[in-house]
Amino acid sequence: MSAIPSTALEIAAAVRSGEVSAREVLDDHLARIDAQDGEINAFNLVMVDEARAAAAAIDTQVAAGQDPGPLAGVPLALKDNLCTRGIPTTCSSRILEGWRPPYDATVVQRVNAAGAVSIGKTNLDEFAMGSSTENSAFGPTRNPRDTSRVPGGSSGGSAAAVAAGFAPISLGSDTGGSIRQPAALCGVVGVKPTYGMVSRYGLIAFASSLDQIGPFSTTVADSALLLEAIAGHDGRDSTSINAPVPSLLESLGQGVDGLRVGLVTELMGEGIAPDVAARVRQAADALTAAGAQVGEVSVPAAAYGLSAYYLIAPAEASSNLARYDGVRYGMRVDAPTTAEMNAATRTAGFGDEVKRRIMLGTYALSAGYYDAYYGKALKVRTLIVRDFEKAYADFDLLLTPTSPTTAFKFGDKTADPLSMYLNDICTIPTNLAGHPAMSVPFGGGSDGMPVGVQLLAPALGESTMFRAAAVLEAAAPALDEVWS
Amino acid sequence: MTLTHEPIEGEHFVVVSETTGDSWEIVVGLEVHCELATATKLFCGCPNMFGDEPNTNVCPVCLGLPGSLPVLNHNVVELAMRLGRALHCEVEPSVFARKNYFYPDMPKDYQVSQFDQPINVDGWLDLPDGTRVGIERAHIEEDTGKNTHAGGSGRIHGADYSLVDYNRAGVPLVEIVGRPHIRHPEQAKTYIDELRAILLTTGASDAKMEEGSLRVDANVSVRRVGDTALGTRCEVKNLNSLRSLGRAIEYEARRQVDLLETGERIKQETRHWDEGAGRTRAGRSKEEAEDYRYFQEPDLVPLAPSAEWIAAIDAAMPPLPAARRDELASSAGVAVTESSVVIAVQRDLDQLALATIAAGGDGKRVLTHVEHNLSGDGAADLNPATFAQLVGLELGGQLTATQAKTVLAEMVTSGRAPDVIAAELGFEAMDSSELEGIVDGLIAESPEEWADFCTGDDKKRGKLQGFFTGKIMKATKGQADGKAVAALLESRRADRG
Repeated sequence: MSAIPSTALEIAAAVRSGEVSAREVLDDHLARIDAQDGEINAFNLVMVDEARAAAAAIDTQVAAGQDPGPLAGVPLALKDNLCTRGIPTTCSSRILEGWRPPYDATVVQRVNAAGAVSIGKTNLDEFAMGSSTENSAFGPTRNPRDTSRVPGGSSGGSAAAVAAGFAPISLGSDTGGSIRQPAALCGVVGVKPTYGMVSRYGLIAFASSLDQIGPFSTTVADSALLLEAIAGHDGRDSTSINAPVPSLLESLGQGVDGLRVGLVTELMGEGIAPDVAARVRQAADALTAAGAQVGEVSVPAAAYGLSAYYLIAPAEASSNLARYDGVRYGMRVDAPTTAEMNAATRTAGFGDEVKRRIMLGTYALSAGYYDAYYGKALKVRTLIVRDFEKAYADFDLLLTPTSPTTAFKFGDKTADPLSMYLNDICTIPTNLAGHPAMSVPFGGGSDGMPVGVQLLAPALGESTMFRAAAVLEAAAPALDEVWS
Repeated sequence: MTLTHEPIEGEHFVVVSETTGDSWEIVVGLEVHCELATATKLFCGCPNMFGDEPNTNVCPVCLGLPGSLPVLNHNVVELAMRLGRALHCEVEPSVFARKNYFYPDMPKDYQVSQFDQPINVDGWLDLPDGTRVGIERAHIEEDTGKNTHAGGSGRIHGADYSLVDYNRAGVPLVEIVGRPHIRHPEQAKTYIDELRAILLTTGASDAKMEEGSLRVDANVSVRRVGDTALGTRCEVKNLNSLRSLGRAIEYEARRQVDLLETGERIKQETRHWDEGAGRTRAGRSKEEAEDYRYFQEPDLVPLAPSAEWIAAIDAAMPPLPAARRDELASSAGVAVTESSVVIAVQRDLDQLALATIAAGGDGKRVLTHVEHNLSGDGAADLNPATFAQLVGLELGGQLTATQAKTVLAEMVTSGRAPDVIAAELGFEAMDSSELEGIVDGLIAESPEEWADFCTGDDKKRGKLQGFFTGKIMKATKGQADGKAVAALLESRRADRG
């Protein structure tokens, strides 16, 4: 057996050329999962049979001289809030117990069509609500870099799967940072595309106006490869953008010469750990060295993003999660009347954080409180969009930390929801604006855990964002390199 | 207590309480839900079909399965706008909203509707009696599934078990919210008739109350005549026919007047009409008012139909009932409120009537036939020229009204010309001397009855007029003209006196 390459680009090239078989690639990754996922718990379900069948089909295509596509034979992990036909899809919640979707999410169809081999469903904070994957009904995922620490969340399973080498690429969803923050904490690349660039059809909704699917990978190029495969208009999602998919792989070698990059002052001070802030400044220097013009920029409304987000997202969630009522699918706890059955089912089926957000959101939308809470949050959202517009008049890209700290220990923040929510302070504003952003690993913190720096771009600015990401990737210090 | 309806100046109506003699005014606003006649549902490609096997016209979207998303059916917007423009509404940029509440027939436990920015606003509907009823809005929303409760009371409370059919879930509806401009139960029924005609004319809906594709809720309140403020209203639901609508308004008004006259207050609530018992009943009381927590539906984008689209709808708008009535009345030379005009348009026979009048038929006679003698199938296919010919024969005295009716029925069946049919049936104009001879002979045969006819009171005379007319018709095999017979009898009676 030839050596199995580690990146998706290399694997696909090797499978397409017949150098290695999809089966060999799959076996290699399944062996790693078998050996290590007992401890990491990245997967809710490893799709062994389905993956073997998919790999065999790829190998048959290659043998027949057909091209299986740009992701030929690449193992790919799917966050367990993406619907997979006939395969349990749980959102890491007891309430969806036993439910098998009768359809595939659009992104699942697209990665399958591109030749990827879906290898399993990854763990998450229940219904994608959380920043540590501690809110899963099936137990937390552990950070592969240090198993006493959280992998971040809510897409902790997808981030850990890539960091642990269980799959070179995975898909997550990002509502307030749920791709970028775990990417940063696990030391991998994570991208939240422009809202509407990737179809949400088949993504089980948390907060519909903020949710967006995106890739995880070990390299910037692999994220470009996967994003190209899943992006593009979908008639089944009314919010899908009807625009050509940018050629991201092509943009990678273009450098940053002449690009204007703004360091967001509001996200470099209070609340940001000094070692993280130092890495961001080092990243800014790397961009300057590569020819970019780096300056400071203020995005004042960003400071209110967290408050607005924790009204808007729970409000939408309170409505999106109403359908889990025990009537049609998933868990049902019987009771004498329909209303009591609804209540008993939801009481037993949802975890504490989900209940907390349903209550927050219900309250924010209630008569007499709507204007003061949800209505005001929408106004803040408009202000954030406006402030970003101003910033992008002077800058092509913005640079911030991804997460205020490196990966924290289990239980550190579970007692205080507010401290947990503060994890998302740097990532939330882009979700509210609908803009793209990505986290690129950039060395380690004082504890030796990975630090991620975040690149932000205006809507549909992915190509520019990936150019800078490639520069940062090349300039990134090693994880164990002592910072000064 | 009884209420007597009295028209005031032919426009408003009052009810008079027989207990106190006070005058009250009924105020009604109707909310109508109608299912749009699209081939597919509002947000998915499932068939929009009534009466299929339960849960066969369903998919992940209309079942609200996790991860599914709605995509707006373009044709729904077209039909909703057609209806809106027919109701003289402005088409506005609109957004969809979620109306949140738990109910098992609602797959997502929220209903996608339009709330503060509906598609159609500020229109009106003119009734045949000349009343203009304002239309506040006509917005798009999705229908729910249908529950069947087995055992117990047949309602959800206390049922042994319940079955849900989601075929109807996601069927497109337009809710037409009328302003409280209706003052009488009959007027409410006319409003629905008129709205149905508009729905059918525009092709927006098949508008069948019995299949539930047209559903009516009535907001009913009363106030003392002269008061300008509206009284507290009750919303009456479960009105499955026009008859129920009229009876429910009548009952509800009576109930409210009773309460107010005994010093009680009306509680704003939803009440259900019980057709069997002939009364409304309060719904199960809720501890607190429903809070639907409306917010903009984030899975759909705002809707802004282009000016070109709206203009194309206006240009293609078929003639609406009110305009058709105007045209027919003016062509026939009768008042637009005449029942024959209203009925001709209702039966889609106004084009026939207009063509017949254009072919020389007398307007009033044509409308009389349309109203009384052309209720069956095939009438619309009548040849206007031969219809006009028939009316001519009748006016010329060659056919009596009774004969004309018979000939007309045969024309509808066979399509042949009236003179041919009349000749075949042996219908000939009877000249007056021949009729006089027959009448005088019959008078001579029954002297006692004739004496009573001439001297008896009105009641007796009416009875004996029937006696003689019957004998004359028998003798003439029905060919005598009823009017001529009556005139002849009257003239003989005068001669005798």
